[in-house]
Amino acid sequence: MLSASSGAQRLEAGGAAAPPPVKASTAPVQSAKPARRTRNTPEKLCRVLALLGLAFIVPLIRMACGEDPRAQLKSLWRTLGVPLVAMLVFALLWSFFAARIDTSLGKIPGPTAVFEQMGALWQEHRAERVREGEFYERQAVRNAERLAEDPTYEPSSVKYTGHPTYIDQIFTSLKTVFTGFLFATLLAVPIGILCGMSRTIEAGFNPFVQVFKPISPLAWLPIVTLVVSAVYVSEDPMFQKSFLVSAITVALCSLWPTVINTALGVSSIDRDLLNVAKVLQLGWKTRLLKLVLPSALPLMFTGMRLSLGVGWMVLIAAEMLAQNPGLGKFVWDEFQNGSSDSMSRMLVAVLTIGFIGFLLDRVMQTLQALTDFGSRR
Amino acid sequence: MRQNLAASRRNILLGLVAGAILAHGTVAGAKPLKLEKEQIKVGFIKLTDMAPLAVAYEKGFFEDEGLYVTLEPQANWKVLLDRVITGELDGAHMLAGQPLGATIGIGTRADVITAFSMDLNGNAITVSNSVWEQMLPNIAKDAQGKPVRPVKADALKPVVEQMRAQGKPFKMGMVFPVSTHNYELRYWLAAGGLNPGYYSPTDVNGLVKADVLLSVTPPPQMPATLEAGTIYGYCVGEPWNQQAIFKKVGVPVITDYEIWKNNPEKVFGVTKAWAEKNPNTHLAMVKALIRAAQWLDASPANRKEAAAMISQSQYVGADTRVIANSMTGTFEYTPGEKRPVPDFNVFYRYNATYPFYSDAIWYLTQMRRWGQIEEGKPDSWYLETAKKVYRPDIYLQAAKLLVEEGRIRKEDIPWDSDGFKPPVKDFIDGVAYDGHKPNAYIDSFRIGLKGQQKVEGNNVVGK
Repeated sequence: MLSASSGAQRLEAGGAAAPPPVKASTAPVQSAKPARRTRNTPEKLCRVLALLGLAFIVPLIRMACGEDPRAQLKSLWRTLGVPLVAMLVFALLWSFFAARIDTSLGKIPGPTAVFEQMGALWQEHRAERVREGEFYERQAVRNAERLAEDPTYEPSSVKYTGHPTYIDQIFTSLKTVFTGFLFATLLAVPIGILCGMSRTIEAGFNPFVQVFKPISPLAWLPIVTLVVSAVYVSEDPMFQKSFLVSAITVALCSLWPTVINTALGVSSIDRDLLNVAKVLQLGWKTRLLKLVLPSALPLMFTGMRLSLGVGWMVLIAAEMLAQNPGLGKFVWDEFQNGSSDSMSRMLVAVLTIGFIGFLLDRVMQTLQALTDFGSRR
Repeated sequence: MRQNLAASRRNILLGLVAGAILAHGTVAGAKPLKLEKEQIKVGFIKLTDMAPLAVAYEKGFFEDEGLYVTLEPQANWKVLLDRVITGELDGAHMLAGQPLGATIGIGTRADVITAFSMDLNGNAITVSNSVWEQMLPNIAKDAQGKPVRPVKADALKPVVEQMRAQGKPFKMGMVFPVSTHNYELRYWLAAGGLNPGYYSPTDVNGLVKADVLLSVTPPPQMPATLEAGTIYGYCVGEPWNQQAIFKKVGVPVITDYEIWKNNPEKVFGVTKAWAEKNPNTHLAMVKALIRAAQWLDASPANRKEAAAMISQSQYVGADTRVIANSMTGTFEYTPGEKRPVPDFNVFYRYNATYPFYSDAIWYLTQMRRWGQIEEGKPDSWYLETAKKVYRPDIYLQAAKLLVEEGRIRKEDIPWDSDGFKPPVKDFIDGVAYDGHKPNAYIDSFRIGLKGQQKVEGNNVVGK
């Protein structure tokens, strides 16, 4: 959220500094908007809210600013009312059907049971943090004790040895998916640009893209595990092997949408612009930074948005299969535990995974939209 | 003002520290071991007999030794062993057969040793509801109409034969090729005249001449696999037999206590290289584990507490009542038929923590019996191998330190043992076992490889 809004600010500032012709071209678009909108409606704010996926606030603002309440209520019903009613219907259907399906772990839990487990998981997290505090106190006492006995003793500063809580697992997963996504982007964008700029290079890369793109993460995982175990050998590793395995698997699978879209974005740059660049004898670097990248940006972000979505799905599977820490492992552990709460806990995880996936997509969509109207300036 | 506060806080902390030193000093008196490594990662499988690890962690026995241990559940026994071998785990809760199997090269070859035996018994064999229905007419009943225990595999034989006649292979699950469960299930089947199949260099699945086809399934997935109909029964540790009752997917027919009274079960395994590099850390681990085992067997109340402890999701995670069903000295066979089995889980009594050579040799005899050891070996080889893997010397060192610290009683430890339990006859088929004579023992079985016999293709050849 934060990065998105600061991005918006940066773009606004850029807009102000842009050369006059561009500004002139946007002006008529704004004046062409429906006349009944009052002057004092903060259009910019509305646009930013819509970008952030908070479109349902917009009608409220418009009403407050004195626009036609009827139209705004209709719009509010559509953006907020309908989704809420749909969720309610879903919850009712859920509790109705869940109670009718008997599994070996008992009946499928309804929304209330799942909600209770959410609270329980949060309580467990809090309790674990308390235990963590006690652990560090004990460690300090023990260190002092040892130092008193043996002045040469080097005090240990061991990190808490308890188990990761649900909240910890969420953050582990997020960290892993962003690392993998970063690897993928760092690799995919240059490849995509090269492919977009040269037909020859594209022809060279094409078969690899076509063959590697459809590979399931589950096929990569054992190979990545073996390779990482063999190559990444160190006494005091900076990253855990399991973290690297998951991140690399995510990278391998989420690489392709970015490569393809970046290449497309770069190759579809306006020929006139390139000709102008030739005439002006712009250097290779200037051409890349001032022409190619800005015009390829919207498609690049489309690719990255797809990549992050793929990465998130891949990650959960990878964590589940390779027992790497994260939400996937949480689900698997609960499946194995088979306690009477396990199913509710798994459903909490499922909902969390969905919600985080939605948030990630939203963030990327916002970024993408920002670059989109940024390039139309 | 702020400075004053900080200063007083420091004083409080110092006071705490001093108090702790005084308190600790009077109890222990002995110097702490100089540890090569303080941060230890230990793997386990979600089974009730991982309890000594959880107890040592939760009760602070590890920390008393200056160890900071992280306990991590593993997906299955193979992953666990591999991670110990590659060094990702410092040590693990292992099947007794795993260090032996690894050392002689069944599956992954690596030098793995053990200085601590984690428990005795704790397994059972469960069959699906329909198989149990078919077995019932073949089982004798007592006055109340309850089945007479122990139930022998003789009752299963007609069921298997009938299914085979219909062209349906009878499949059962166990947890690992060198697991206790594999050998116990095989022992029970063979005692009832069913051949569980031989392993051979070309058949690592152990299906040669098999009446019952055995396959590997990770313990926590046993009930689900049984429910799915992939297998008709399984042999596994707790709580996965009691879970079958609670989930109504199967019926436990026999506990391993009835197959072999006080059989050795899990051990704490580390690689030989790790033990040589971290001798004091290893000692400290064994010390903490001996204390945990003692705590577990000290009182029924402790057992109840332990059942609740390991039912937390980071340990075994099954419901407390499921775990307590077997952990607290009872065992529920059929729904409602709860019988006392006080020794179902033994952690400390009967010298359960001592790594006996005779236990190691029993496993080796079973590996030979079913062809995992392809050729006959002299008696001396069995002892040599056992001595390579089982390390009572380290165990006794740790026990000595604990006695000096006043934490355990001297008479609890078999100081003068030569590493062999006296010959026993406590098996379901009454065959006597003497650890000094492994070959004579192997030759005494009705079903199984003997002498210099070998499996070639689908036949047993030689004498």
